[in-house]
Amino acid sequence: MNASRTWRPKPFIENPKLRWGITIGVLLYMLLALGSVEVNWMRIYAGLDRGLQFFAAFAQPNFTERWTDISEGLAESLVMTVVSTVIGIIISIPIALGASRNLAPLPIYLFCRAIITLSRTFQEVIIAILFVAIFGFGPFAGVLTISFATIGFLAKLLAEAIENIDPGQGEAVRSTGARWWQWLNYGIQPQVMPRLIGLSLYRLDINFRESAVVGLVGAGGIGATLNTAFDRYEFDTAAAILILIIGIVMFAEYSSSAIRKRVQ
Amino acid sequence: MPVEMNSQEKIWKHRDRKTQLTHWAIWFFGTALFVWCWQLVSEKTEWFFVLDAPTIAADIGSRMVPPRWEYIDKLWVPLWDTLNIATLGTLLALVLAVPVAFLAARNTSPSPTLLRPIALLVIVSSRSINSLIWSLLLVSILGPGVLAGIIAIALRSIGFVAKLLYEAIEEIDENQVEAIKTTGASRSQVIAYGIVPQILPTFVGVSVFRWDINIRESTVLGLVGAGGIGLQLQASLNILAWPQVTLILLMIFLTVLFSEWLSAKARHAII
Repeated sequence: MNASRTWRPKPFIENPKLRWGITIGVLLYMLLALGSVEVNWMRIYAGLDRGLQFFAAFAQPNFTERWTDISEGLAESLVMTVVSTVIGIIISIPIALGASRNLAPLPIYLFCRAIITLSRTFQEVIIAILFVAIFGFGPFAGVLTISFATIGFLAKLLAEAIENIDPGQGEAVRSTGARWWQWLNYGIQPQVMPRLIGLSLYRLDINFRESAVVGLVGAGGIGATLNTAFDRYEFDTAAAILILIIGIVMFAEYSSSAIRKRVQ
Repeated sequence: MPVEMNSQEKIWKHRDRKTQLTHWAIWFFGTALFVWCWQLVSEKTEWFFVLDAPTIAADIGSRMVPPRWEYIDKLWVPLWDTLNIATLGTLLALVLAVPVAFLAARNTSPSPTLLRPIALLVIVSSRSINSLIWSLLLVSILGPGVLAGIIAIALRSIGFVAKLLYEAIEEIDENQVEAIKTTGASRSQVIAYGIVPQILPTFVGVSVFRWDINIRESTVLGLVGAGGIGLQLQASLNILAWPQVTLILLMIFLTVLFSEWLSAKARHAII
């Protein structure tokens, strides 16, 4: 009796054993994971009041009371962003060249890839803690942290761009008798330059966001002010800072995407 | 190709005069800005400490080895918590991000003038604020613990997932949607059979990618009290127990490598 054949959408995973295995595994994990999350309902109930206060504070952010602290913190964050992005780019370029398999011999390639992996693995804040311990409190530790984090991002993506270039152009330049340096400058650089500019602008954006965080561990910037505001439950000041951060990020995002459109 | 005449000879130039000047001006002001900013940072820096840094780094380095292996017994539970914060946070974010993405995409938004800007604002706010700041806020509201970490990760990830997803929705092939519409499908059926199959690979890819990032982020949330291995890191740093710090950093390194391997596997399986 197959009169009522109905159509079903094709399952996402075709192999039924694998499908059920994954489903059961996921369910089991969810049970275990949700079971291990301890929720203190009393504490949450007590905190709800504070949560409401915070949302109310967003309606009436207080820019004036701590304005000197806020403006100094923001200025420091912006300055750190510029310095660390520039330093990050300057260091990233040679590392990206070293991490491109079509340019570098194997030992250099592995060494540069190791630096990239190291920089990408650790969250900025962990690096910031170590740098603060080594270089002392202040924006210098923050600048080093963000520069280091920039390397992992920029060098990796730039190396990918270099590996994907059209080798014909490089070969054409080389066949004119160009030296290694000229080959790099005229055969490869023009091909990856738009990508480099785009990535750098994007990273400028990210670095501003990061510079707001490293302050939490004493590495300079607006983060310290924000932390103090939360510690004192001054939610109106915290809301003001968050609104300013969001505003600056939005502005940076729009202007950088406008520039990127012109360049690419 | 700009060519300049110099008395009788033609001279090849890389750029014409105007571009040359623009480039020069950009470089000049860029360098000036950098030098000025560097000066501001330098004023606030205690250079004595920086010059002293190699000694201190060597000192800390010598205290960090060998790692205190016995301490690993106390790390399994925090590691499990870290994994849960990242995974459950990502799942929560996915659930919340899908409607936001549909509201934000120009071709599916039910009201482009009212709901779309709100959805875009949600995306931008979520993306601008680091998960550490979210957890700072949530710890002061919900109290310390894993829950604050999960929600912080979710709040930070909504913007990321929704942004990439709504861009994918805007780039779908409208012919397929039209084909489903001509069969007389309802609005929800059009979404289920015309749009979802087209964005599903992006959705899965983005989810796995974000999960990978979240593993990295969840390792530090404990520094502000939001659970996970960061709590142990903070505790060890407070008592200057450098051998324990080494072991924790090593475990974080391995966890992140594992998550990267897993997400690369998952992405290869899907795409």
